[in-house]
Amino acid sequence: MEARSNTAVGVTLTINGVERNASIEPCVTLLDLLREEFHLTGTKKGCDHGQCGACTVLVNGTRINSCLVLAVSRNGSEITTIEGIGTPDELHPLQEAFVRHDALQCGYCTPGQICSAIGLISEGRAKTRDEIREAMSGNLCRCGAYIGIVDAIEEVMAAPKRKTVP
Amino acid sequence: MDRGPAITGKSIPRIDGPLKVRGQAKYAAEYEVPDLLHAAIVSASIAKGRVISIDSADAKSFPGVVAVLTHQNRPWFWPFSFLYKDPAGPPGQPFRPLYNDRVHFSGQPVALVVGDTYEAARDAAALVRVSYHREQHSTDLAAEVSRAYKSPRRRLGLAPTPQPTGDADRAFSEAPVKVEATYTTAAENHHPMELFATTVEWGDKTVTVYDKTQSPKSVEIFLKVAFRLFRRKVRVVSSFVGGAFGLGLRPQQSVFLAVLAAKALKRSIRLVIPRDQMFALGYRANSIQTVSLGADKNGHLLAVRHRAIAATSRNEDAQDPMLNFSASLYRCHNVKLAYELAKLDTVSPCDMRAPGAATGMFALECAMDELAYATNVDPLVLRLANYTERDQSENRPFSSKALRECYAQGAERFGWAKRSHAPRSMRKGKELVGWGMATGVWEAAMSPVPARAKVRLLADGRFEVTSSITDIGTGTYTILTQIAADALEASIERVVVKLGDSALPFNPIQGGSWTAATSGSAVQAACNKLKKKILSRAKQAGIVGNGQSTELLSPAALADLLRLSDHDNLSATATIINFPFGKKYTGATHSAVFAEVRIDEELAVVRVTRLVCAVAAGRILNPATARSQIIGASVMGIGKALYEDAATDHNLGRCMAHSFADYHIPSNADVYEIEVLFAEETDDKVSPIGVKGVGEIGSVAVAPAIANAIFHATGQRIRDLPITIDRLARSRD
Repeated sequence: MEARSNTAVGVTLTINGVERNASIEPCVTLLDLLREEFHLTGTKKGCDHGQCGACTVLVNGTRINSCLVLAVSRNGSEITTIEGIGTPDELHPLQEAFVRHDALQCGYCTPGQICSAIGLISEGRAKTRDEIREAMSGNLCRCGAYIGIVDAIEEVMAAPKRKTVP
Repeated sequence: MDRGPAITGKSIPRIDGPLKVRGQAKYAAEYEVPDLLHAAIVSASIAKGRVISIDSADAKSFPGVVAVLTHQNRPWFWPFSFLYKDPAGPPGQPFRPLYNDRVHFSGQPVALVVGDTYEAARDAAALVRVSYHREQHSTDLAAEVSRAYKSPRRRLGLAPTPQPTGDADRAFSEAPVKVEATYTTAAENHHPMELFATTVEWGDKTVTVYDKTQSPKSVEIFLKVAFRLFRRKVRVVSSFVGGAFGLGLRPQQSVFLAVLAAKALKRSIRLVIPRDQMFALGYRANSIQTVSLGADKNGHLLAVRHRAIAATSRNEDAQDPMLNFSASLYRCHNVKLAYELAKLDTVSPCDMRAPGAATGMFALECAMDELAYATNVDPLVLRLANYTERDQSENRPFSSKALRECYAQGAERFGWAKRSHAPRSMRKGKELVGWGMATGVWEAAMSPVPARAKVRLLADGRFEVTSSITDIGTGTYTILTQIAADALEASIERVVVKLGDSALPFNPIQGGSWTAATSGSAVQAACNKLKKKILSRAKQAGIVGNGQSTELLSPAALADLLRLSDHDNLSATATIINFPFGKKYTGATHSAVFAEVRIDEELAVVRVTRLVCAVAAGRILNPATARSQIIGASVMGIGKALYEDAATDHNLGRCMAHSFADYHIPSNADVYEIEVLFAEETDDKVSPIGVKGVGEIGSVAVAPAIANAIFHATGQRIRDLPITIDRLARSRD
């Protein structure tokens, strides 16, 4: 990407295992960098205020709201977006469980829900259904698919660990 | 080839699920278009008046800014407002952004900044300085009650509010038991998770518009007429819609402004409306309602009076079926209804899931609960005592009505028999427990506008079904796949469904819960036609097999047919015109919702710990996606009951909420158990495929069931939605 002005700065991120460089204005959020520059539109914009969680990605394995993070502040980080989770032939267990439990309707919040759930499982704090509900409350779903979402996460948490978790 | 029993009626997983869980479903703002510009809206900070001047010098000199469009420098468009009508619009003059200097509502777009990056447009928009001449505004519905009026013009396609029967005033005054109360409901915003967005790809011959809409066809027609794009091919694509709930029924401000700017600059443009500006796109009308019920000592209804005053804008008479069910849900011979509007300086209200019914039935069903306590009759028994097998407002039978089964099955699953009738009589630990119930109803109708579908045999032996209808998360891709698979005796893997594109066969707006019945019937008809064609071609080509259609539609037989026949012609198109329902029957979906709340007595925090929703909606094509529709609508009902309030500061005439921090929608932690039951209901009259639709019915009875449960828990009758902590605490103290 070309520098648009003399205030642009370079940023290097490893996104889904691939190193990517960009020259961007410091005000560009990680979310907008992913969507507008790298066309990784699986990460969604729902509020731009860190309130809806649609933009959730994993930064060095931790779930964050990418709309609240300036891209330059994560220079050198490893980013996992929904595009880096599962493959068309082999869905990640959470993706597979989301489909099976119909844990989605319009699908817009879904990538954020799944990234958030991966983060939640690796945090290892939520053990019960109530704790999952609480710890997934940063991800809003206006279609109201919460019951399926918790069913899917609970099932994957209970399953023996698989190695596909990024 | 044995494909087993019917695929419709089975819970097959959502067809588009794998795409969505991988983030591969593309929404309106996600299409890559070369040389794309980005736009941002500057919105009015006053509720009524005129724009005196717009100083855009600083914005224009901001790095990366290409243009600032206002009413002063926008390209010409028609001065006649009727040319901006759309099929879902109410009577009146549609709002046109940047038309002139008038400000009609706070948050109205007054300028559009276009830049070569999103950040440039957004940041420069903050530099546009607008000065106004303010006029006295009114945004307070309560202050406008004395000016309420009956709309002189009825909205196209909306059934009239039922005429009075008997003498409700006299019957009420003479009734041994009377309840009369006033209820209010707050304005609500739809807030689908996807922001409203439009990407316009501007070309010399073709304009492709990726838009968030519930009707690609009506947006296409709108754009052609409004922007005189007759010489260009206009194609509107909405393959995936990240929720809409009614807000996408009409061509939105986003598509209007994006196409306006694209035309002015002859460039491709993307406009994404940020969450704070989505509050100014439309809202569920707030209401003030009075219900008077007269009954005998056993609770048999002698009189029903229901008056509703709902908000509308100055420019349009927004209407919905707010009272259309109040005359037909229960047996009563003296009914008087009055549906009135009051004009406010706001954007026009816009249909929101179960429009009207969710509002009107809240008042009626709370009043029924009040009557249950006035007569000391169990709320469920009261409803059964007033059960009607006929639609008395139209004096005709229902095409089917399994509401009695909903009551029975819902009550059984919920454990209603264990309820103690007295308020404040149930407790669990430190919390008060309340059990409440309510009835829901919504019309089951096919679209009054015809729908088309095309199906063709592909060279690889699969079938491609095309229709312009959208899938707004409802499961349309999935159910149409199932219908086609059954009609063509194929496995679901052999059916490819393409939707959400105005270049595909015409379909009406996706709304009113009519899509499954309407577009589904069109798909079935097209498939039946193609099947007939294939069978006759096979006969001509001498392919006989064992003579069974299943074998002749198998991949092997079709491969033979494709070798021997010109496969380009192996397609069929069908048009479905509103099923000849006539005036003989009333079509309706019904529900019985049972709610449990637990309330911390000291803090007045309400938790909806359990909902059982029993629904009668004809044939259920896919129990899994239908269940999700009901659960989702119930979650929205929890929001309506407890949280959602697009409250306005009437001094400023401005919505006080600007984000999800101020406008609370239910989160995961707010939702406990929701169970869905579908009562069996066979209906061969309501639509050719026996389907009634499940989009709205789930939303109707949840809020009143919760309000009634709160009364049962606390003894406090809160008649104003949402039932927030402060209202509950104030009523207690």
